[in-house]
Amino acid sequence: MTPSSRLTPYLYVLPLVALLAFVFGYPLLRIFEFSFKMVRGIDGPWIGLRNYQLVLGQSLFWESVLHNLQLLLAIPVMVAISLIVSVLLSERVAGWKLYRIIVFVPFVLAIPIVAVVMKRMFQFSGPVNELLRWMSLDFMALDWIGSSDVALWTVMILIIWRESALGIILFLARLLSLDESVIEAAKIDGANWWHRLWHIILPEMRGVIEFYMVISVITMLAAVFSYIYIMGGGRGGPGTSTEVVELYIFNALIRSSLPGIASAASVMLFLVTGVLIFLLFRVRRRAENF
Amino acid sequence: MRTPLQPSNVAKQLVLLFAAFLALVPTIYMVITALKSDEEYAIDKLGFPHSPVLENFRSVLVDSPFLYWMLNSGILVAGAVMLSTAISVLGAYAIATMQFRGRDTLLAVSTSLMAVPPVVMIVPLFVLYTRLNMVSTYSGAILIYAGLITPFSVYLLVTFFRTVPRELYEAAHIDGAGQFTILMKVVLPLSLPALVTLIVVNSLYVWNDLLIAIIFMQDDAKRTLMAGISVFSGRYNNQVPLTMAGMVIASAPMFILYVLFQKQFIRGLMSGAIK
Repeated sequence: MTPSSRLTPYLYVLPLVALLAFVFGYPLLRIFEFSFKMVRGIDGPWIGLRNYQLVLGQSLFWESVLHNLQLLLAIPVMVAISLIVSVLLSERVAGWKLYRIIVFVPFVLAIPIVAVVMKRMFQFSGPVNELLRWMSLDFMALDWIGSSDVALWTVMILIIWRESALGIILFLARLLSLDESVIEAAKIDGANWWHRLWHIILPEMRGVIEFYMVISVITMLAAVFSYIYIMGGGRGGPGTSTEVVELYIFNALIRSSLPGIASAASVMLFLVTGVLIFLLFRVRRRAENF
Repeated sequence: MRTPLQPSNVAKQLVLLFAAFLALVPTIYMVITALKSDEEYAIDKLGFPHSPVLENFRSVLVDSPFLYWMLNSGILVAGAVMLSTAISVLGAYAIATMQFRGRDTLLAVSTSLMAVPPVVMIVPLFVLYTRLNMVSTYSGAILIYAGLITPFSVYLLVTFFRTVPRELYEAAHIDGAGQFTILMKVVLPLSLPALVTLIVVNSLYVWNDLLIAIIFMQDDAKRTLMAGISVFSGRYNNQVPLTMAGMVIASAPMFILYVLFQKQFIRGLMSGAIK
């Protein structure tokens, strides 16, 4: 091997390393530094743990954390919906290809667009309540958007609606790669539909279900900004009833110009997602080994 | 061999029909409402329009900078996807076919970055961009988007390049072709399906993003479609049909792409449904 050919691989990966270092490496190091500084403009003096004390002492931050945790309740619903739909699709019932195109649609539409549409649908005088009243379910015709007790649940409906499409996509990919001979053998052995689902299909899907659940936890804790921002009209509204950690960071950085505070919250969010990403890789390794 | 408790085909069809209906409800509502006048919407929110009007579409296109926002989004999509694809192809090719120190670490780190939520990166980048006067510049936003989509691109391309038979590389090598020639003349033509998948999924990501767009493209003149939508829907809060006409126009490009390229979309979503 000539010296120049030994260098070749590094030339190929150099732009990649540089780009990742700039967009991921630099910020992930810098949030730690900023979180210990009083940043005004571009830099500032070290102030130890003051930013963390400020963030952790603020009830708004804890309220945000609580809202993120509440969103985790959506995950079991998403898993159930995704399982039912993907299993039925994988049986290739009549028209399954058309159904597949349709149930993927929520994932193709942009979140801001769907959020604007859903917000109008769930307005107090909107079509959802009109339908409920027409069905004589007046007690269910809530102020979905404007009431601070209900607003976060309404956002959750939207999240479930869209993120279930991801579950269906993932589960279906796994189901279509299953060894069909096993399922056929079970049919011949007389195993009924529920039996096949419970004893043959679900165990095979354990890996992908775990994978989807961890991904969804990361989404609920750190990737719901677009839903909240639009449904809450640019704030976590009404009031702070749908404020989440991402919005807290956004407001600290953009609206209050306090990068130090925003960094302290970012560090905590990053550490939590870091643990989850570690988990994700263990889960995925297992999913691939299955 | 049916036992009584098995779900019948009719039951399965009903469940899927219901799921398909739910998946389409917002789209249906959006389209039928966009075709109503304000007066008709006031009295009938659920039904199909009796006398469809196109006035809402006209006023969106004339009175709001929708097409301009789309152009901004399009510039970012094109720039970020091209930059990321070029960088990822080079990197993934080296990772998949060459021996070098740190290769496995690089792949592991890059892959794990796929799951890092963008929100934790914004603070230092925003501070840096403010200092460098790069907020509200195309190149600045393109760089960030390119970075965010690159881990997925590398993951997908490495997986694909590894499936290319080794004999192909070796044959080309014996013919005296250099690495770059092999990449351009042998590997890339074979990788066209993977590249199309990649471009489709990444374009969807950049086009649909709101967080980076709001923070890094703040000028009115640089606003993207998704950031524009949030302004637009706030301004016409009470004119629901007009708002819906805007949403129909905003979702049209990706919807048309999806219908045209469903195969690539579905394959792309299923192969790396990580985003």
